[in-house]
Amino acid sequence: MATAKPPQPFLSRTWEYITDTQIWRSIFRHGMPSTNRNRVLVVMTNVFLHLHPVKIRKSGIRLKFTWCMGGLTFFLFLVETFTGLLLMFYYRPTVAYAYMDIIDLAEQVPLGIMREIHRWGAHAMVITVWLHMFRVFMTGSYKPPREFNWNVGVILLVLTLLLSFTGYLLPWDQLAIWAITVGSNMARATPLLGHEGPGAQLLVLGDVPMVHAGSDARFALLGGRFVGEGALLRFYVLHCVGIPLVAGILMAVHFWRVRKDGGISGPV
Amino acid sequence: MADEKDTAGKEGTEGYPPMTPITPGGPPPTVKHTPRSNTVGPGIKASLEKKPAEPAGAVSRRSFMKWTLPVGWVAFSAACTSSLVATARFLFPNVLFEPPQAFKAGFPGEYNVGEVDTRWKDAFGVWIVREADGFYALIAVCTHLGCSPNWLAAENKFKCPCHGSGFYRTGVNFEGPAPRPLERARIVLADDGQILVDKSLKFQMEKGEWEKTDSFLKA
Repeated sequence: MATAKPPQPFLSRTWEYITDTQIWRSIFRHGMPSTNRNRVLVVMTNVFLHLHPVKIRKSGIRLKFTWCMGGLTFFLFLVETFTGLLLMFYYRPTVAYAYMDIIDLAEQVPLGIMREIHRWGAHAMVITVWLHMFRVFMTGSYKPPREFNWNVGVILLVLTLLLSFTGYLLPWDQLAIWAITVGSNMARATPLLGHEGPGAQLLVLGDVPMVHAGSDARFALLGGRFVGEGALLRFYVLHCVGIPLVAGILMAVHFWRVRKDGGISGPV
Repeated sequence: MADEKDTAGKEGTEGYPPMTPITPGGPPPTVKHTPRSNTVGPGIKASLEKKPAEPAGAVSRRSFMKWTLPVGWVAFSAACTSSLVATARFLFPNVLFEPPQAFKAGFPGEYNVGEVDTRWKDAFGVWIVREADGFYALIAVCTHLGCSPNWLAAENKFKCPCHGSGFYRTGVNFEGPAPRPLERARIVLADDGQILVDKSLKFQMEKGEWEKTDSFLKA
């Protein structure tokens, strides 16, 4: 059979050889996406692609309509993950080292703008996530059947702001310490859970108050009564592991719901 | 060859009915076309008929793309490559927070003949041994798997706690799994008369390097 074929050019022979290997066929389990069936298979058998709609209305990706703000937010999240991972190689979240490591990152480590990329990316992400929300609101994309995804998005917005807040403490300079001192003081006024908040005085066992300065929401956040070693470590762990993990899971749900609710909403 | 025959037809769409466009829930839609005339519109017709005369010296779209496209791709590739290189470089710090490789170990007169000095082991990982005719610096890294041996003065030997390798005071191995003697570091007199030990230059006995001058400081 093979001998009946006319001699093939070298490149197509090589291509045929590569695509016929077990390695290739175990990764790509279908032919080129040149038919409708294979296009669907490509999307359905790829864990990343299958979160996306199989078909998108042309108007649904028009820049004037979406501003690409959701995509930009996700891109910035990837940038923050990557640069943040690299920064973790040098940064130690302790009172003795934190500030010096930030100076070291800026002045001694090669590519001293790595931290600035992380910081600017964070600012940009807060802006894009707000603009994304604004666009979704203005285009009415929060209406049924997308109301569930709107709520997922609101949680993701809060998580973005919390990422920004927890990251703000890590340079451990005066700006960081006092900003977090002021910011975390708001937790004193949490209803029931903050020791200065409404309802906290109701939670008593006889004469003993259950919620006081050493046992309220602010104490749990800071790991102490003021912004110190405990707060730095807690904010670091939340910033690098806790919040990104939750945000990553919710992002998968968010993208999945976009698909399941009929893709990006089109213009009226 | 038989296998080849078997797999030959599998990749194609053999055995499947002809594909119809898939639509979730419901019969395939009747394709709605807005009626479109096959005649060329007046604007297109005009553009087909007369090519706009290019003013002399003007840059045409084709010649513009001919140069900007490759330049753009080269610039884009260069930007990507340099970002990658810079990111890789980021992993190699310029400043290390480690003890220096070279240090000054006091004046020769501070050492007693026949003693193994363990003062510098914690900070720099080096023993300085004073023999009758001079000094040598042994690096406190076991040649088996890199643990730190201890100097046992009573038994007159270095003993590694990990796997029991033993070394004579010269650094030569005599028991346990260590395959070769301890390494010696460069030891010289500095300008101010102090002993200078430099671990960045090592001497291995099995290579005959203990014969070299800087491996031994004559008293």
